[in-house]
Amino acid sequence: MYTLPNKLKLFAIIFMVVGAIGIISGFLTTPSTTAEVKEMMAAHGDSHGEIAEQDGDTHAVNAEAAGNHEEAAVDSEEAHLLHTLHQLQNKPWSALYIACFFFFMIALGCLAFYAIQWASQAGWSPVLFRVMEAITAYLVPGGIIMFVLLALSGLHINHLFVWADPEVVAHDKLLQGKAGWLNGTGMLIRAAIFLGGWMLYRHFAVKNSRKMDDATDNRLFKKNFKISAGFLVFFIYTESVMSWDWIMSFDPHWFSTLFGWYVFAGMFVCAITVIAMITIYLKSKGYLEFVNNSHIHDLAKYMFAFSIFWTYLWFSQFMLIWYANIPEEVTYFVTRIEDFKLPFFGMVAMNFVFPVLLLMNSDYKRVNWFVILAGIVILAGHYIDVYLMITPGTVGTSWNIGIPEISSVLFFFGLFVFVVFTALTKAPLLVKNNPFVKESKNFHY
Amino acid sequence: MMRIIMMKQGKKDQHLKTTNNMASKVIHAIYNDDDILLHAVKQVRNEHYHIEEIYTPFPVHGLEKAMGLADTRIAITSFLYGLVGLAVSIVMMDYIMIQDWPQDIGGKPSFSYIANMPAFVPIMFEMTVFFAAHLMVITFYMRSKLWPFKKAENPDVRTTDDHFLMAIDAGQHDVDALSKFLYDTGALEISIIEKEEDH
Repeated sequence: MYTLPNKLKLFAIIFMVVGAIGIISGFLTTPSTTAEVKEMMAAHGDSHGEIAEQDGDTHAVNAEAAGNHEEAAVDSEEAHLLHTLHQLQNKPWSALYIACFFFFMIALGCLAFYAIQWASQAGWSPVLFRVMEAITAYLVPGGIIMFVLLALSGLHINHLFVWADPEVVAHDKLLQGKAGWLNGTGMLIRAAIFLGGWMLYRHFAVKNSRKMDDATDNRLFKKNFKISAGFLVFFIYTESVMSWDWIMSFDPHWFSTLFGWYVFAGMFVCAITVIAMITIYLKSKGYLEFVNNSHIHDLAKYMFAFSIFWTYLWFSQFMLIWYANIPEEVTYFVTRIEDFKLPFFGMVAMNFVFPVLLLMNSDYKRVNWFVILAGIVILAGHYIDVYLMITPGTVGTSWNIGIPEISSVLFFFGLFVFVVFTALTKAPLLVKNNPFVKESKNFHY
Repeated sequence: MMRIIMMKQGKKDQHLKTTNNMASKVIHAIYNDDDILLHAVKQVRNEHYHIEEIYTPFPVHGLEKAMGLADTRIAITSFLYGLVGLAVSIVMMDYIMIQDWPQDIGGKPSFSYIANMPAFVPIMFEMTVFFAAHLMVITFYMRSKLWPFKKAENPDVRTTDDHFLMAIDAGQHDVDALSKFLYDTGALEISIIEKEEDH
C-alpha cells in the first residue's frame, strides 16, 4: 500500500494556496473602467502603444474572435479602450479555464487509455493500472470545476463565450443560425451528459478493478472488458462534441472537422506522459518494483508516437486551411500567426521536434531522466497548445503569460497532485487476479 | 569434402565415429520449438560453447539478445538515409517549383521557397520515408549477402518449415559430452559435420 508522504501533501497544498492567492489577485487587479485601462497602458509605455496600433488593423478581421463584445467597433480611441478592457477582464477567467481544462484533459485522456487497455486485453500494462486509476480520480473534482466554469461562461456571468452574449448574437447572423446548438442551456445539458457518462464509467471500472483483488473467477474481468468497450464508443463521440463546445466555440464563426481528433491527440499524449512520469516518480521512491524498464520503454514509445500523431493532425488542419485560403477559415491561423507567433511556432517545436529527436533512439526511451525531460517539454508544449486554442478568442491581443496564467496552473497542478496521490493510497499498487498480471510482470522488450 | 555422421536419440550409446585428422567440426542440433531453442541458447552460452549460427523458419523474439549478438546498426543508417531523403526532397521541390519553372498554384506566390514550404511538407515526409525504407532494405540485403539467384545457405531444408537448427563449433571439446549436453537442452537430433580442408 502506498501512503501519501506528508512532504508531498504539503507540497501540493502550498501549490494550491499560492495558486489561489495568485488567481484572486489576478481578478482583483483587473481594470473595471476604461480610465484604468488608459492608465495601465500609459504606465507600460511605448510597447503597449504599438500593440494598440496594430490592434486597430486587425479589428476588422477578427472583431468577434478577439473577444470584442461591441460589434460596432469604430476606430475611435474610446472603443478601442473598451475593447481592451473587455479583453483584460476576460484574462483571469480565460487563464483559469485553460489551466482547468488542461489538467482535466490529462485525467480524461488517461481514462481513455485505461479503457483501451481493458478493451484490448493488453498484456503489458496491468502493472500500471493502479497508476492510471489514480490519475483518472482527478476526473471527478476536475470535471466538477470544469462544469462550474462552463456554467459561468455559458450563462454569460463572465464573457468568455461570445455566443453566450445576447447583444452579440442579436447583431450576428451566423451566430443566430447556430443558436440552436450554441446556447448556454444546451451546452450545459451536453456537458452534464458527457461528464456524467465519463465519471460513471470511471466509477464502475475502478470499482470492479479493486473488487477483482478478492475475486476467484474472471467475471469482473469480463464485465470491465464490456463496459470499457462501450465507454470507448461513447467517449469518441462525446469527446469530439466536447471539443466543439468547450474549445472550438471560442471562435464561433470558425470550424474544423478534425478538431475533435486534434484535441484528443493532445490529451492522449499528455495523459501517457503523466502516466510515465508518475510511474518513474513512484519507482524512484522504491514503489512499483514490478515495473521494469520495458514498461517505461513502451510508455515512451507511446509518447513518441502520439507526439507525431498530434503533429500530423496539427499540420493536416493547418495545411488545408493555409492552402485553400478561404477568408472564413484562414482567420483562425492569421490571428495566431500575427499575434502569437512565438508561442504558436514554439509550441510546434516543443511538441514535435523536441520529442522526436529526444525519444527517437530506442535506448533513450529507457533512460528515466530522458523520459522525464521529454515529458516536461511535452506537457509545457501542450499547455501552450490549449492556451492558443482558447486565448485568441477571449483575450486576443492583450495576452501575456502573467500572474493569472501561472497561478492557475500552480493551483490546478497542486490539486491534481493532491487528488492523484491520495487516490493512489486507496488500493494496493499492484492489481491482483487480473489474468494478464503475470504476463505484465514478465513483460520484456 | 563434407562428411556427416548422424546420431538419433534412440542410439545415444552408440560410439560416434570420429576421424583423427585435424578437421574443424561443427555440431548441428535440431530443435522444434522456439522457446526450447531460446532456453538452449542460454544454456549453451553458459557452458561457453561457441554458437556459429542459428537457422530458424521465422524471427525468434529475443534470440539475438540471447546469442549475445551486437546490436544492429541499421537504425542509424535508416536515420541517415532519412536525412538524405529529406535533403533530396527540399532541393528537388525548390528546383521544380521555384527555380526551374515557377508556378502559381492556388494564389500562392511561387518565388519563395519558404513561403510555399507547407505545400511541400507531404513530399518531404514521403521522400524521407521512401529513402529510409528502400535504402535500409538494400543495405540489409547487402549486409546479409543476399542478392537475386543467391544459393540458399541453410544446411537443413526443415529450417524453412518448422525446425530450428543451432550450429555449434565443436572445437577442441569432447564431442560425446557436448552431444549429451545438447540432448539435455532439448535437441531432437544431433549431427556432426566435418569440414575437411582439401590440400
